[in-house]
Amino acid sequence: MNGQSLLEVNDLRISFSSHAGEVQAVRGVSFDLRRGETLAIVGESGSGKSVTAKSIMRLLPEANTRIKGGEILLEEEDILKLSDKRMQDIRGPKIAMVFQDPMTSLDPTMRIGSQIAESLKVHLGLSTQRARERAVELLTLVGIPHPEQRIKQYPHQFSGGMRQRVVIAIALACDPQILIADEPTTALDVTIQAQILELLRELQERLGMSTILITHDLGVVASTAHRIAVMYGGMIVETGTVREIFYSPQMPYTWGLLASIPLPTADRSQELVPIPGTPPDAIDPPKGCPFAARCPYAMRICEEEMPGYTTFSDEHRAACWLHHQMAPHVEPPVRVGDAK
Amino acid sequence: METSNRQITFTPDLFEPVQRSSEDAERITGAPIGFWGDAWRRLKSNRLAITAGGIIILILVLALAGPWLTPYTPYGQVLDRQYQTPSLSGFWFGTDEFGRSMFDRVWVGTRVSLYIAALATAMDIGVGMTYGAISAYYGGKLDNVMQRFVEILVGIPILVVAVLIMLVLKPGILSLSIAIGATGWTSTARLIRGQVLRLKEQEFFLASRSLGAGTYRLIAKHLIPNVFYIVIIALMYTVPTAVFFEAFLSFIGLGIQPPNASLGALINDGAHQMRFYPYLLIFPAAVLVLITINFRLLGDGLRDALDPKMRK
Amino acid sequence: MLKYTLKRLLNAFVVLFIVATATWFLMQFLPGTPIRNAQKLTPEQRAQVEAQYNLDEPLPVQYALYMTDMARGDLGDSYLYGGRPVTSIILERLPVSAFLGTQAVVIGLVVGLLLGIISALKQNSIWDSGAAFLAVLGVSIPDFVLAPLAQYWLALKLGIFPIAFFESWWHSVLPSLVLSTSIAAVVATFTRTEMLEVLGQDYVTLARSKGLSRVAVVVRHVLRNSMIPIVTIMVPLTAALITGTLIVGTVFSVPGIGEQFVRSIFDKDFPVIMGTTMLFAVFFVASYLIQDILYGIIDPRIRVAGPRE
Repeated sequence: MNGQSLLEVNDLRISFSSHAGEVQAVRGVSFDLRRGETLAIVGESGSGKSVTAKSIMRLLPEANTRIKGGEILLEEEDILKLSDKRMQDIRGPKIAMVFQDPMTSLDPTMRIGSQIAESLKVHLGLSTQRARERAVELLTLVGIPHPEQRIKQYPHQFSGGMRQRVVIAIALACDPQILIADEPTTALDVTIQAQILELLRELQERLGMSTILITHDLGVVASTAHRIAVMYGGMIVETGTVREIFYSPQMPYTWGLLASIPLPTADRSQELVPIPGTPPDAIDPPKGCPFAARCPYAMRICEEEMPGYTTFSDEHRAACWLHHQMAPHVEPPVRVGDAK
Repeated sequence: METSNRQITFTPDLFEPVQRSSEDAERITGAPIGFWGDAWRRLKSNRLAITAGGIIILILVLALAGPWLTPYTPYGQVLDRQYQTPSLSGFWFGTDEFGRSMFDRVWVGTRVSLYIAALATAMDIGVGMTYGAISAYYGGKLDNVMQRFVEILVGIPILVVAVLIMLVLKPGILSLSIAIGATGWTSTARLIRGQVLRLKEQEFFLASRSLGAGTYRLIAKHLIPNVFYIVIIALMYTVPTAVFFEAFLSFIGLGIQPPNASLGALINDGAHQMRFYPYLLIFPAAVLVLITINFRLLGDGLRDALDPKMRK
Repeated sequence: MLKYTLKRLLNAFVVLFIVATATWFLMQFLPGTPIRNAQKLTPEQRAQVEAQYNLDEPLPVQYALYMTDMARGDLGDSYLYGGRPVTSIILERLPVSAFLGTQAVVIGLVVGLLLGIISALKQNSIWDSGAAFLAVLGVSIPDFVLAPLAQYWLALKLGIFPIAFFESWWHSVLPSLVLSTSIAAVVATFTRTEMLEVLGQDYVTLARSKGLSRVAVVVRHVLRNSMIPIVTIMVPLTAALITGTLIVGTVFSVPGIGEQFVRSIFDKDFPVIMGTTMLFAVFFVASYLIQDILYGIIDPRIRVAGPRE
């Protein structure tokens, strides 16, 4: 993993207009993605992670989406300012996406082969014959047996796990530099989950792609990601390498996340602790740290002011008032054993 | 996350832990309002629906009180003032071939039409709701049979049913209401049945049942309130359909007969004399269209407001 | 599939049977007899007329005769017109109504589809509001209001169209246009709803993520999936067409079924009323049947082959 940034997101702010008011989904998110790495963005529903991911490909519904600020830089160009035409050239060949629910992400009235071939014809100008051959290659790549027969079939003739493989094949069709996987395994059975994750990891290594993996499940992340960004309430509260996040997490929300996953090597006496409470109201977000209302270590300043980032290493930073010199020292409650 | 640019003076008391009981964390942010309160709030913000509601109320008021606003009556002929064109100083809506004030006739007609629509809707919803609820609640064979019956009824065009009924019963308010109500109840029955079936599956119902709640309690406390809001929305669509149907039947001669007035009868008269006296058609037609549009708009607004999935 | 079709066919026949029976049953209660000038007939002539209309037979026999006649296409004889068979009266007037109806459906479909598609694609914009407004208007303004108004403005005042009757194709344009409004409104509302639902689906977002142009996404994915359920509008469309023909025919004095029906109500010519009612029932039931069969073809649980590429 070399230190070159492929994608840079700077201070992204996105809101939606709705009946009840302005929903502030993303409130100042910054991160970068490097060549060849897998960055996991972890957070619960409502944290803004999906919105962030979709905004990179500008797939948010136009009618009520407002980009309030920030930039997304891909090779020096700001994606947020590109024309539709330019965006179409980017989707597919440069950035591609794998969606969450394989049961609904494929067009039920179109054959699998055609759905894969679509982007091949549009972006690479392949002939029908050549596109068909390439589709077979792609299906083989993602591990679907008998691809020559399969390309003539319809989505309802595939199982959930198979469909997700097809979605991955579609995403890989034009050799994208960046793959965004939005909760790719959430809708699948546990055994299939492992297969798909393994497939993604393999593909990423072989093809040298960079991947952004969106998930709410830290457990999924451990074996597949290089770096992790933890999101809460529309903001990133901690980022770091996988080792740093698992072994020396610095923010109470991260502690909470780690405590609520069953790690096989964790101390047996440790109980599973779910984080009590519910996410903050996106229409009227709290003025201080978004996690303050549910944080067992919250101090008065947490409710009043937003903490800035404290840097712990080249890759590791977290935003929490506990790091302030005047704050009491707190011992993180969860010690992850030699998990990896 | 960036710290705000203004200078924060850090004092030790800011770093004291916040006193909080364990319940606080579970408290949901945002004041909880009841289902109806939330819905009302959403409805109020929908300006189109509110305007529609206002217009409907205006029409209702005029239908009841309209004729009292003028010194004239809807009936009785005064031939020497026939066919007066509408004017602000004279007859607001003009007069017809018998010299009767159109303003009075239109509002009396509206009253009749709305009354018929109300009766028909009451029958429609009464029968439909009962039928659908029973069918869905008891399920099984009874449901099958009842649904088979409805399937057959639905295949009969409503026009045919209405025509047949009207031919046999003498045209009048009651017969019209029966004819219109008899044609519409099947869709209400289906709607209610769908909703009850859905409710039966829902967790709160199963939970209540497993706690030993009796049939009566289940129906009264759980089914009816949840079905209620669907009925209200359905109402907003059945009323204009009933008004339309009454007008249609009167237009083809099966409805209210002269000298009685209803919107349909007035439109029929107006259509025949439209060549020379278009105002005879325009006023009752305008009222009919206004009723239809505004009930629909209000219905759409209510549906948006009461849809529980959109609850914030 | 075959079993399903047969079941629906059976259902259709049952419905028609019930309607025919109900029709006959109600006929028995109707005032007025075929004996128009009752006083002027001698007892022999009266007996003759009664025999002609089978009124001297016991009721159940009359019923059986009525039903068998109908099955053979004999709908009885008119009380007016010197006893002309109802069937021939209807058949004579059918072509005109069929022509008007077809024209109206074509116009209505085209306009409705366009309006629906535009308003779905440009949701919440001026176009959508405009199209939605037109659709609401189209549904809310009944034919019997629109027809006289159109007649007044476009024919009488502006003289663009002839006022009534059916002497040339141009005469059919205005009635068809009026008839097409409710059809267009139904089609537009339906198309818009379907398209909006499809547009919100995940596979549309996936198609966009492939870098396809908006047009390509709509044409290749959205339209195809939206149109499949178009079958559902067949039934309300037929209903709107039937009621519309009655109005438009009367207002524009078109020599079709609609005008005949309304006149026969006025004339209390019950055989014609009943016969035409049966005809309407047949149309309606047929449209229902076609809809059911098409559903069977399209729904994946019933069809054998998959949808086309």
